[in-house]
Amino acid sequence: MSSKAPLARADSQEFSADVAPSMDHLDQLEAQSIYIFREAFARLKKIALLWSLGKDSNVMIWLARKAFFGRMPFPALHVDTGKKFPEMYRFRDHYGKEWDLDLRVEPCPPIDAVDPTLPPAARSAARKTEGLKMALAKYGFDGLIAGIRRDEEATRAKERVFSPRGLEGNWDVRDQPPEFWDHFNASPPQGAHLRIHPILHWTEADIWAYTKRENIPIIPLYLSQNGKRYRSLGDQDITNPVNSTASTIDEILIELEQTKVPERAGRALDHETEDAFERLRVAGYL
Amino acid sequence: MNMIVTPASPATPNGTTRPQVRIVIVGHVDHGKSTLVGRLLHETGSLPDGKLEMLKAVSARRGMPFEWSFLLDALQTERDQGITIDTTQIRFRTNSRDIVLIDAPGHAEFLRNMITGASQADGAVLIIDALEGVRDQTRRHGYLLHLLGVKQVAVVVNKMDRVDFSADRFKAISDEISAHLNGLGVTPTAIIPISARDGDGVAEHTDRIGWYKGPTVVEALDALEPARPLESLALRLPVQAIYKFDDRRIVAGRIESGSLIAGDEIVIMPAGKIAKIKTVESWPVTPVAGRHGAGRSVGITLDRELFIERGDIVAHAATAPRETRRLRARIFWLHDKPLAKGDQLLVRCGPKESRATVVAIEKAVDPGELSSSENKAIGRNHVGEIDISLSNPIATDPYTENPRTGRLVIEVSGRIAGGGLVLSVDAGQRAVPVDIVPVESALRPDERSARYQHNGAVVWLTGLPASGKSTLAKALERRLFTNGGSPILLDGDTLRAGLNGDLGFSAADRSENIRRLAEVATHLARNGHIAIVAAVSPAREDRATARRIADTTFREIHVATPAEVCEERDPKGHYKKARAGALASFTGIGNDYEAPQAAELVIDTSTRTVAEAADEIEQMLKTSGVLFDDVVDLAANI
Repeated sequence: MSSKAPLARADSQEFSADVAPSMDHLDQLEAQSIYIFREAFARLKKIALLWSLGKDSNVMIWLARKAFFGRMPFPALHVDTGKKFPEMYRFRDHYGKEWDLDLRVEPCPPIDAVDPTLPPAARSAARKTEGLKMALAKYGFDGLIAGIRRDEEATRAKERVFSPRGLEGNWDVRDQPPEFWDHFNASPPQGAHLRIHPILHWTEADIWAYTKRENIPIIPLYLSQNGKRYRSLGDQDITNPVNSTASTIDEILIELEQTKVPERAGRALDHETEDAFERLRVAGYL
Repeated sequence: MNMIVTPASPATPNGTTRPQVRIVIVGHVDHGKSTLVGRLLHETGSLPDGKLEMLKAVSARRGMPFEWSFLLDALQTERDQGITIDTTQIRFRTNSRDIVLIDAPGHAEFLRNMITGASQADGAVLIIDALEGVRDQTRRHGYLLHLLGVKQVAVVVNKMDRVDFSADRFKAISDEISAHLNGLGVTPTAIIPISARDGDGVAEHTDRIGWYKGPTVVEALDALEPARPLESLALRLPVQAIYKFDDRRIVAGRIESGSLIAGDEIVIMPAGKIAKIKTVESWPVTPVAGRHGAGRSVGITLDRELFIERGDIVAHAATAPRETRRLRARIFWLHDKPLAKGDQLLVRCGPKESRATVVAIEKAVDPGELSSSENKAIGRNHVGEIDISLSNPIATDPYTENPRTGRLVIEVSGRIAGGGLVLSVDAGQRAVPVDIVPVESALRPDERSARYQHNGAVVWLTGLPASGKSTLAKALERRLFTNGGSPILLDGDTLRAGLNGDLGFSAADRSENIRRLAEVATHLARNGHIAIVAAVSPAREDRATARRIADTTFREIHVATPAEVCEERDPKGHYKKARAGALASFTGIGNDYEAPQAAELVIDTSTRTVAEAADEIEQMLKTSGVLFDDVVDLAANI
């Protein structure tokens, strides 16, 4: 695991006094995400960032530090199933310190406490939803920052940047107020909370290109070993690696250009029954 | 005529080498949106190998004619099952563009989703059925494109096969939609006759539309430009927040237009305070040199300490925005309850929010209707022009001068209920920026609120003399203090002994009395205290002034004890004197008390104890976000 300081980009050379340099695709994504972070911090009382330790939430933490000039002024919440890969726990403990995060690790209830009618993997994920609800109750957060992206999965396409959740943490996809331009609905009813999605407009390839440009550390499981790598990291028992020879981020980017396999293909829960994911989403899963 | 582009590997994914253009496809239901998308995917070579043949075979097997819209359905289904390709946002490529189709049309289409999608679009395709012509949703969508500022609109007249490719029919529809869009200030980039089903006009000029010389749909999409940041306009940096994480005091926001560089002389609007940009801060490298243009999220430090708030706008002095309390806007309304004159709203203009009152409603119409019959109120999915009076001065521009800052949204009960454009501002632009330098507190609001467990507020008790205002104020003061809060009592009579000693009881003096009370109370509230004001404050106008000054911190409590009860109590003997004619200008025995119409709380002290009344006030302060509920209560709700 690399712990060296991020390589600074030569920003000072890009900016001249006469003309502002034009923004590339990643610059635009970054500026938009920073805007969202600052809106969330200004308009909500008590927020936290959901840190799943994966590539997306690591990019989010990086963007938060850009938004707030080097620090993340709210907690990083890790709802821990206790079943993550050892590499993930090592990563959390190392970078939680190095990035000076206000890390809150919250456990999940035992599996028996979860709706037994759900298929096994979905039930396991639902356990995480319960853990999240417990953490919400404990801290009283009114906003949770989550690293979901529109391109990941069909039910996420109708998401808003600021997405209201009901008192039970549920998501009512048919009753979402509009977002005009960059105006978000930031007033959750008493006792309810908002999900805030600063990287909703990013794609998987954008995440990797930005990770590379900014030199953001990643868990090595994403890179190919013995012909396999993980594209998406969840619990050990319900996440499978995909066939891949991509052992660098550049090779991942080339692979993504060519693949027709969806990102979450290795996530068992997406494939159990057609409505399993939707049921979880409505119940407040990320 | 081959527009098909095999996906080549660009230098970086989603390319810095190829401009990315985000579009929406809009129009009346069943005019062929899905068919067009299916056809476009095919014509641009974006379909997986064999997909088309497979679907054609499936259609044949089921004995039904192949429809292009099946493609979209099939992709949707496969995506839902996690079988295929990337995204829910459909992407395809033309010669020189990457096109991202935002929120591909589905079966359940909501106007709210269309607005959310089109808000982020660089361009749009408006589709019209050649047989049915321009319909209500065509017009409504056209109107929304104008309102949302989507400038590049290609109109597609579909199903030309069903009107025998009639040039006359095409011209009639062209004229009608052009007139509608031109009336809104939108010039279509192209109007294209097509048959999405047969392919005419999508990627090829066919003989059947031989009379048409304009671009195909693919060519029209290829000509779209990504929306450019407005760098050539005047600098507008709306302030999102001021951060004091360390010894730097950083003013953070996104540059909406223009550009800035360290050393620039700037003016903070609406206050008109001037300063110089000391540094442009960033991370991991800071500070950063050079010029920063529209679209960047930045942080700046200034050469002096000014009181700056979220919602202020940083501009250059020569080209500052207008400061106003009154503006005219053209809005689209989405709320169930129509918007009417006199309605109280919350208006957001960038990060700035202000309470507002609808002063007048003009031109309220249904944009879907051809003959626009005007209404008094703006109904759901209708539009109108409204005059708004703001309780806080804001800095803004008409949208014709700055499309980024010249727009606003309206909230009702915390939800966005409408949005639109600033048409004009009733301005007092300040002629000369004023160079006053107020000193700011060393403490942050959240440091205070963490200690007191409440936010700053102005609790304004109004009511007849002897209605119980002072008694309640003292009870509330004691209670808040016992709970660790920081209440401060501002009694009207007490302040008249000093600060307001120069004022009498004329209408003008009373107004000034109230204004000073409100200013002092607001200063306390800004610094985290709860200012409890007990003042008869009989004039509605004066209390409106107080509310305007204190803005969102204002909580009005009408102590509505019946007049007879007040006169009977008469602890100071004022009623008796007034009845005897010995006390001029005494509020209470005439009809000169104007009761509040929308107080946050109404309390009749003749029917409840002081403790009960204090309970009610405490509850109101909790639900309205002044007092913090403890964590245990929150947990009970989840």
